[in-house]
Amino acid sequence: MAFISSGYNPAKPMENRITDIGPKHFEEFYPEVIKKNKGKWTHHEILEPGVLVHVSETGDEVYTVRCGGARLMSTTHINEICDIADKHCDGHLRFTTRNNIEFMVDSKDKVEPLKNDLKSRKFAGGSLKFPIGGTGAGITNIVHTQGWIHCHTPATDASGTVKSTMDALFDEFQNMRLPAHLRVSMACCLNMCGAVHCSDIAILGYHRKPPMLDHEYLDKLCEIPLAVAACPTAAIKPAKVTLANGTEVKSVEVKNERCMFCGNCYTMCPSMPLADTDGDGIVLMAGGKVSNRISDPKFSKVVVAFLPNEMPRWPSMTDAIKKMVNAYSNGANKYERLGDWAERIGWEKFFEVCELNFTHHLIDDFRQQAYMSWRQTTNFKF
Amino acid sequence: MAKHETPFLDQLESGPWPSFVSDMKQQAEVRAKNEAGVEFQIPQDCVDDLLGVVELSYKHGRTHWKHGGIVGVFGYGGGVIGRYCDQPSLFPGVEHFHTMRVNQPAGKYYSTEYLRSITKLWDLRGSGMTNMHGATGDIILLGTTTPQLEEVFWELTHNLGQDLGGSGSNLRTPADCLGTSRCEYSCYDTNSLVHFLTNEFQDELHRPAFPYKFKFKLDGCPNCCVASIARSDMSFIGTWKDDIKIDQDAVNKYIEQDPAYPSNAGAHKGRDWGPFDIQKEVINLCPTGCMKMVGKELKIDNANCTRCMHCINVMPRALKIGDVRGCSILCGAKAPILDGAQMGSLLVPFMEVNPDNDYEAITDLIENIWDWWMEEGKNRERLGELIMRQGFQKLLEVTGIEAVPQHVAYPRTNPYIFWREDEVPGGFERDVVEYRKHHLR
Repeated sequence: MAFISSGYNPAKPMENRITDIGPKHFEEFYPEVIKKNKGKWTHHEILEPGVLVHVSETGDEVYTVRCGGARLMSTTHINEICDIADKHCDGHLRFTTRNNIEFMVDSKDKVEPLKNDLKSRKFAGGSLKFPIGGTGAGITNIVHTQGWIHCHTPATDASGTVKSTMDALFDEFQNMRLPAHLRVSMACCLNMCGAVHCSDIAILGYHRKPPMLDHEYLDKLCEIPLAVAACPTAAIKPAKVTLANGTEVKSVEVKNERCMFCGNCYTMCPSMPLADTDGDGIVLMAGGKVSNRISDPKFSKVVVAFLPNEMPRWPSMTDAIKKMVNAYSNGANKYERLGDWAERIGWEKFFEVCELNFTHHLIDDFRQQAYMSWRQTTNFKF
Repeated sequence: MAKHETPFLDQLESGPWPSFVSDMKQQAEVRAKNEAGVEFQIPQDCVDDLLGVVELSYKHGRTHWKHGGIVGVFGYGGGVIGRYCDQPSLFPGVEHFHTMRVNQPAGKYYSTEYLRSITKLWDLRGSGMTNMHGATGDIILLGTTTPQLEEVFWELTHNLGQDLGGSGSNLRTPADCLGTSRCEYSCYDTNSLVHFLTNEFQDELHRPAFPYKFKFKLDGCPNCCVASIARSDMSFIGTWKDDIKIDQDAVNKYIEQDPAYPSNAGAHKGRDWGPFDIQKEVINLCPTGCMKMVGKELKIDNANCTRCMHCINVMPRALKIGDVRGCSILCGAKAPILDGAQMGSLLVPFMEVNPDNDYEAITDLIENIWDWWMEEGKNRERLGELIMRQGFQKLLEVTGIEAVPQHVAYPRTNPYIFWREDEVPGGFERDVVEYRKHHLR
């Protein structure tokens, strides 16, 4: 493998250097029909799950076929996406915020050939490459994080939990029979790179053991004051520690009963790892939303405090999610989001109809905001 | 023949949803065969080793990626995330496996020509694995070695006219919904504004000088498809000030159940919810009760409408957003780390989105907020946490915005009001001797 130079000269890093040019201009990438009708769209319709039409005041139409995809994608797979777009869509496509792929065509007669092409493509292992769906009152692709594929702090895997969940909910991806759309999101630790805290259902990786202390290396690898300051509950203090060989080193001490396993210390100090086979697992949250429609945006609530990591398919997790989706589907009114439904029937009923256990871990005890979540009325249900 | 046995991962190949494992195996095979004759600049078998690492994580229930590592491209503090495997002897192909964040185009539209140029580059100089896209919005190129970082950057900037995104304590790559490009609800051109802001603040994007990360996200309307209200320090949400436009004939088409007028634009087609009932499905669900039918006419009391979008979503052919358009700006949203989750708080109820003066009102506001946060923010303190610590009134003060009822869900419930000395006649300095003349000890 001979080294191929791009032209960059390490001896003169500033020579011909180009920086701060930003992204490519979006107009280069618009399909013709989009460029022509931008700002002129009058209405749209979801013709069937995964297929939309947008109609312009010029009379033009754009048909969109939406496909789910794993967020992790190889260049081989992306090249295949390009082949499809070249064949059907004049070489244009887009991705949605939730990692779906959208193929657009400018007339209705181009839709069926595109759909048939997409449906015909499967991975060697048997799964679909381009499942069509993810629109309207159903479940669309799960936004998620890196997990064990590439992250240093996860408490669970992301791609695997998502694959398992989407397999379990696949019918809802390809249908539009729920009371409203239902957004499932996944983040593999409390950092929540995926910001799942406002989703209808959120899968969250969580640690349950305080950090280990690698005393021998801690002072060499970490700024002790930063590690101390990183802790939101002030559980960490500086300490002098004598190693087995008698050497005294500067390190830290952790007050375990104050630790809520957020992993901030590990973010600041690699000598405080907290991952653990038995300690780590999944928290499920429910009832959040970001839309302002009918009711205000709201946070998701913790509804399952812990489920173990059950590799490779997390069956307890997918069971709990399916129970929630089924109970919501059976109980909610048309247009009612999961959180609005839970609030209407009351959270005590939510646990009953979803067959989820309520435990003391579900009562908030973090900071004064917790008080807002305790019941201050006699209006409750038995 | 696969390099590593992957009994756990193999179980994730079945089922209908696209399998990331199958895709990785496909990629490993493509690299092994190398029919395209690529002169791979990082280990040819890196994807095999990536499968091996993930399999080991499935066995251990723990990640095998090490913490951190300071790598990057010259002159930038962000855009590259160092990543090393903690079992390098087992998986030498991914011993060094850094991430590069590439700034995605607005609206995530692509030409195949561009995407193929990225895949070609990444096949040569990286693992050929990506995220399309990362949670913040960037194209994520997963896995390369340190000597390739400058080479990739050089090729991106010189040959592809493309820059890196952000990571670390800086402005993160701004992200938007597709806006007016294909959505009739969008109240401003999100693609143009996000492109402008990204370019305007390149320095903040690439050279970390902030207390912590800072995110702009742009939604074209209150439906909030990019979730800006929940996950950005500054959230731009399109809105309008005048009346919802009503096409009364189209309203009646919905009522008459004309098949070309399905409720909610057809989003509920998968289930029989009974005939469309405008009273039940629109008027009674209006959160402010500002709508009613008078004969065959739908009346909206626009002064009492909060623009929640429900009626427009249900009858997109009959109801349209108003014409006096702009955006609301909310500040301080974030996920739980460090001090708990926060939703964006409304700072500017309405602002014009005006490209003709380079969005001056918006950039002025941003500069004021950054000046305050950079001066007062503690290490790793997000804007939302600073607002909590110093108060919303301080945010109003630094931005010069007058308090209005729109700023609160309800006024304060405690009367512990901090009056400033200059707000009280005569100030705070008083004479206790004079006081005692009239008040015995």
